[in-house]
Amino acid sequence: MSAGTATIAVPAVTERKQSGRWLTALLLAPSAIWFFVLLILPLAVVLIYSVGVRAPAGGYQAAFTFDNYLNLPARWTAFKNTLTLAPLGTLICLLAGYPLAYFLAVKSSARWRLILLILVIVPFWTSFLIRTYAWIFILGGRGIPAILDAMGIADVRFINTPFAVMCGIVYAYLPLMVFPIYVSLEKLDKRLLEASEDLGAGPFATFRQITLPLSAPGIITGCMLVFILLMGEYLIPQMLGGGKVFFIGNALVDLFLQSLNWPYGSAVAMGLVVIMLVTVTLYLRATAATGGRRDASLI
Amino acid sequence: MLRAYSILAYLFLYGPIMLIVLFSFNSGLSAADFQGFSVKWYAKVGGNSLMLAALQTSLIVAFTSAALATLMGTMAALALQRVKGPVRLIFDALTYIAIMVPGIVIGIATLIALVTTFEAANTVLATIWPGDAPLQLHMGYGSIIAAHTLFSMALVIVIVRARIAGMDRSLIEASMDLYADPWATFRQVTLPQLMPAIMAGFLLTFTFSFDDYVVANFVAGPLNTLPIYVFSSIRRGVTPEINAIGTAIMMFSLVMLFSAQLLLRRKSAPQRA
Repeated sequence: MSAGTATIAVPAVTERKQSGRWLTALLLAPSAIWFFVLLILPLAVVLIYSVGVRAPAGGYQAAFTFDNYLNLPARWTAFKNTLTLAPLGTLICLLAGYPLAYFLAVKSSARWRLILLILVIVPFWTSFLIRTYAWIFILGGRGIPAILDAMGIADVRFINTPFAVMCGIVYAYLPLMVFPIYVSLEKLDKRLLEASEDLGAGPFATFRQITLPLSAPGIITGCMLVFILLMGEYLIPQMLGGGKVFFIGNALVDLFLQSLNWPYGSAVAMGLVVIMLVTVTLYLRATAATGGRRDASLI
Repeated sequence: MLRAYSILAYLFLYGPIMLIVLFSFNSGLSAADFQGFSVKWYAKVGGNSLMLAALQTSLIVAFTSAALATLMGTMAALALQRVKGPVRLIFDALTYIAIMVPGIVIGIATLIALVTTFEAANTVLATIWPGDAPLQLHMGYGSIIAAHTLFSMALVIVIVRARIAGMDRSLIEASMDLYADPWATFRQVTLPQLMPAIMAGFLLTFTFSFDDYVVANFVAGPLNTLPIYVFSSIRRGVTPEINAIGTAIMMFSLVMLFSAQLLLRRKSAPQRA
């Protein structure tokens, strides 16, 4: 079929090298164009708009001012909510997920391990919208409050509270925390645990001195994945916080789709991206410090 | 103790989903109490033309963006194993930025960039167009597919490159030694080895696009995708019909996910994406 390229001759070597370079460029071209038009260009537009002013009818008017950035404290509540509930949610996911990951990696029988692990990951890939909706169903007026009411405890509200948002967060992101911790615990040499026991260390000392440090890469990866996704969260606060508990993402939707203040919204978006970049840098440093490898894997 | 805790954790993970499934078969109108088994909500969903139109849109968008992303991502992954230096660094950086920047920021960035471009383009088109009704660019299939393809492509690059890294090189060398030309080697040796990762990439990115609300909400224009339809229904109130739609969507995602898992695990035990 493609006999044309199969010439076996010495001068063809440089020719092939040349054509190989063309082939590489050709293979990379579509993705390069896509990255440029749909990632670099839009982010550059956000950066440019963030120093502009709002046009009278909404949208963008060219200008060069840092007023939008100086004005960021006006949306302080959104930043405060995100920067408190995202770390708190990450911490709860860690505390809830670690024992489960430990059970899967160390205590469960080898026969069931894979199935149990898949059962943890499956919810992460099923409809996010429906899983969050399930909590409206559970915590909403005709869910748990109705049951409590029947038991004589009236007027309990869960929906549109930080508690409801936290339920949604832990429910949505627990699988993402468990998986990397499981991976690092599974690699742990079980003989180390026996050695520690033989040397007279109690279960707590063994855990603190061996299991915990050796699972640190998994903990860091899991926390990072959950934290990054939580920072940009929009649907959970929207559905379970009902406008009372809102994140930066909710402020962005409000600024872009409701008040049509694109320049200010762009500044808020830049603020979010900068916070995330700083966190990731700190993360990379922390991973380098523990000498751990990254075990990021979502699938 | 640990075992009991784990059982509780699984109940926490599956309880809410089971509740949705259970109440989708509730014959009563009230979402709160179960009055008997019925499939009437499924029948109602089946006759909901708005929902069916949204489903059709979602399937078109998910299929097209996943196919484009799989093709372009695989091409890039293949090329990246042959390049070093700045080009590779730039692609690595772009891939991680595309995955890491929150969907909401990608959504607004794409929205304002496209709106600005379309406005400028439409002005130009209006002046140079020969007929009375000039071509107008606007948000729709093109913008959602393009935006979904970005994230999906980055995901495919990561998955396929992981597979390439874990691939058995000796087979390629053997093929070369047996005088197969590069194209034959690619078609008969490399591609079959990469196929599970490529298929898994397609299924995962299809699932992502099919499930996405945040990005689509910004760039869909007048179009309704299934998540957009479901989200607006939820805002109007909790009904058993949403439970039925939700159950159907979850079943569909499960089938996609399990196919992806099977493909990724087939003959690829030592390495992970």
